[in-house]
Amino acid sequence: MHKYILRRLLMLVPVMLGVTLIVFTMMHFTPGDPAKIMLGESAPEAEVIKLREELGLDDPFLVQFGRYVFNAVQGDIGRSYTTNRPVAIEIMERFPSTLKLAALGVLVSVSLGIPTGIISATRQYSLFDNIAMVAALLGVSMPNFWQGLMLILFFSVQLKWFPSSGFSTPSQMVLPALTLGTSSAAIITRMTRSSMLEVIRQDYIRTARAKGQAESIVINKHALNNALIPIITVIGLQFGYLLGGAVLTESIFSIPGVGRLMVESIKARNFPVVQGGVLFIAITFSFVNLLVDILYAFVDPRIKSQYK
Amino acid sequence: MSKIKTSNNQEEVKAVSKKKRSPWVEVWRRLRQNKSAMFGLAIIGLLVFCAIFADLIAPYGIDDQDLRARFITPSRDYLFGTDNFGRDILSRIIYGSRVSLQVGFIAVGISALTGGALGAIAGFYGGRLDNVIMRFVDILLAIPGILLAISIVSALGPGLQNVMIAVGIGSIPSYARIVRASVLSLRDQEFVEAAKAVGANDFRIISKHIIPNSMAPIIVQATLGVAGAILSAAGLSFIGLGIQPPTPEWGSMLSSGRQYLRDYWHIATFPGLAIMITIFALNLLGDGLRDALDPRLKS
Amino acid sequence: MKDNKNLLEIKDLSIHYITDDGTVRAVEEMNLEIGVGETLGLVGETGAGKTTTALGIMNLVPNPPGKIIGGEIVFEGEDLVKKSQSELRKIRGNKISMIFQDPMTSLNPVMTVGDQIAEVVKLHQNVNAAEATERAMEMLEKVGIPGTRHKDFPHQFSGGMRQRVVIAIALACNPTLLIADEPTTALDVTIQAQVLDLMRNLKHEFNTSMIMITHDLGVVAEVCDKVAIMYAGNVIEYTDVKRLYTSPKHPYTIGLFGSIPDIESDESRLKPIKGLMPDPTNIPSGCPFHPRCPKAMDICSQRKPKNTEVEPGHFVKCLLFENTEK
Repeated sequence: MHKYILRRLLMLVPVMLGVTLIVFTMMHFTPGDPAKIMLGESAPEAEVIKLREELGLDDPFLVQFGRYVFNAVQGDIGRSYTTNRPVAIEIMERFPSTLKLAALGVLVSVSLGIPTGIISATRQYSLFDNIAMVAALLGVSMPNFWQGLMLILFFSVQLKWFPSSGFSTPSQMVLPALTLGTSSAAIITRMTRSSMLEVIRQDYIRTARAKGQAESIVINKHALNNALIPIITVIGLQFGYLLGGAVLTESIFSIPGVGRLMVESIKARNFPVVQGGVLFIAITFSFVNLLVDILYAFVDPRIKSQYK
Repeated sequence: MSKIKTSNNQEEVKAVSKKKRSPWVEVWRRLRQNKSAMFGLAIIGLLVFCAIFADLIAPYGIDDQDLRARFITPSRDYLFGTDNFGRDILSRIIYGSRVSLQVGFIAVGISALTGGALGAIAGFYGGRLDNVIMRFVDILLAIPGILLAISIVSALGPGLQNVMIAVGIGSIPSYARIVRASVLSLRDQEFVEAAKAVGANDFRIISKHIIPNSMAPIIVQATLGVAGAILSAAGLSFIGLGIQPPTPEWGSMLSSGRQYLRDYWHIATFPGLAIMITIFALNLLGDGLRDALDPRLKS
Repeated sequence: MKDNKNLLEIKDLSIHYITDDGTVRAVEEMNLEIGVGETLGLVGETGAGKTTTALGIMNLVPNPPGKIIGGEIVFEGEDLVKKSQSELRKIRGNKISMIFQDPMTSLNPVMTVGDQIAEVVKLHQNVNAAEATERAMEMLEKVGIPGTRHKDFPHQFSGGMRQRVVIAIALACNPTLLIADEPTTALDVTIQAQVLDLMRNLKHEFNTSMIMITHDLGVVAEVCDKVAIMYAGNVIEYTDVKRLYTSPKHPYTIGLFGSIPDIESDESRLKPIKGLMPDPTNIPSGCPFHPRCPKAMDICSQRKPKNTEVEPGHFVKCLLFENTEK
């Protein structure tokens, strides 16, 4: 198991290098002279040339990339063009909000999706199942930025239950978490239902019933434990989706997270921050996926013995 | 008893799908029986109709401003109301279907063709080429789709064409994986071996034998992919990185309605509903297609 | 050994599956009896209704589409059909337990075998977790698996070993009735004999009554006291083993014997019964066997045969014998 984790961590290195290369290349060939962006359009030509030299912007592409990677490994991913502060620090300041938002989104989606999926599967084609499936499909189809606005309209403007912006008090977190979590909840509901339907037909469920086990335990223990494996995969993938979706949610609810930072930076052509943000989220996502794969081993002993 | 019966059915189904000369007729027959898929298809048909005949259907012109008629709430003259420039929202939504459908289909075209080709090459040749392509796909997969699209757009700049490219590239990985998986399962089957034996070249084998046989999962993915692409494009426009006003794009209409949300709810509400109904219809059709193409999955 | 008191009496039991494609009469007016310590063989082709009968006794017929339409299943003097699910749960796994056909799929892949045995013990006996585990290890030893392997998962065992685990689960609470649904069909021939031996020994040890579902007449001869032959949901012949082998009456039974290859005879060709089992949603009128029956008469396609006692303890559902009785 340890060996497996170590191997997976090592495999992350080239992937991250690749992500860096892709993002670095995109930013590198984007029109716009970073020195001019930093100094402003009206800066004298001499100063721009001086800054270009300082930043090494005239070096060949690969040299610049190598330097970026070399520094990144030491935790230095450049300075923000607009504030001149280290990008890593700017991102780290904002990252907790984004992570909290994504985690709350997962919480919402799991706590809504798994129970609904189980009930739907055990009462296939019932009224509950039909309603849940239509609701789930609507949930998948609803653009979350629109849903966020509608929630604000209803719960902040009309009912005045929850504030429409900010992210420091629990009541400020309710609407963003719902906005971010709904479509994932819908996807997890659908996955749980189909996975449970598959498992419920298995012979070992009949064995459990033949033991005289209560139906609730047959479903929640025997069936769910087996159905969880594909569900966990989806939750892991959804986490990545939520990290991306946080960009939109953060800008709807004015949450000071990495996503909003990135959007602002794109508009200001502040490339080091954009680059750093993508890299940061990609690393987080990769770690979550690794965690999911490790989690498999605890859920499914067959996979555990493969890891050895 | 029931177990025996279902397994018999499965075998029958397999046997049938192998025997049938034209499986697409069979798929269409099954799809037609699926009411919700047909409902979805009808909505999509309606949207396509709106997009084509927007000039005839829309009650007002695309940029008809009437500054005396700003912020009118839904009424008989303006079914969905008017926006801050006094433009009819219904008309703009009708014109907006052109943009959204175009983005959806072209973006999916880009990702399905590129991703499909990458996947087919990787699966068919295997070995080092497979390794290189799939590692590249892994790298793309490590970046959440919308984020990848955002960074591409930030490099290319906003605009319709760039949004289509960005959204398209963002979903290349899923097509590459799907096509590779089905190519791998087809590669060693007898009819491919037979084609090789009679001296067909690789291009012919891939295009004549492998692609047609791996169409089913691609079609399902593409249908759902159009929905995803429309959603991503609208999202990009919403944060101001996508299609720019005054183009009547649903996401950017929503975005400009946002600042008037407190007083004039209708400006942001209707474009969002249009997005939702479109995605809903595509999802219904996609689910129906999946069931129709693979009856074994249907519960 | 034999006890006159019947442990289980099935009276006029009918189980149907109601589907969109039509109603499947999986079990039709079945009558069976099993005494304490007795083994009844339930023989028939695939789809004859054997497994449905077994699931019916456990009241585990998947519903929908399956439903017990009528009849009684009297177990230790009480009708199981009338019992509530919670009363039935106290009987399942405890007094009546079941061994399933396919050991590869009957065990929960994400639970250790020890836990799976301990689960049934904990459900029906007043023991704590440690005692249940102890009991699980004992049971494993009893079926010939080292008790120390209780922490292993099903995928770490072979098919034969898994079937031993299934048997251990079934016998963990000393059931009075054991239903074995083709327990050896999915196993290699050499393992089959071992598992059968094991079951026979354990049955003796616990004095358990047993219903052995099989399509293998060899197995019947080896382990059963009584045999019921099923065809398209009907018990068409029901008697003790000796009489069945010496004087089978129903043309289908005779046909079944004809289809067993006999090494001692010079016959070079098998005599299979011509035709196939009827479509379960479209059973022929009258006697369901008449289209394949070599002795079919005109009346066979019109009237359903009644259960006829041709000699004491020997029942046949065939119009040939209804007539001779008159």
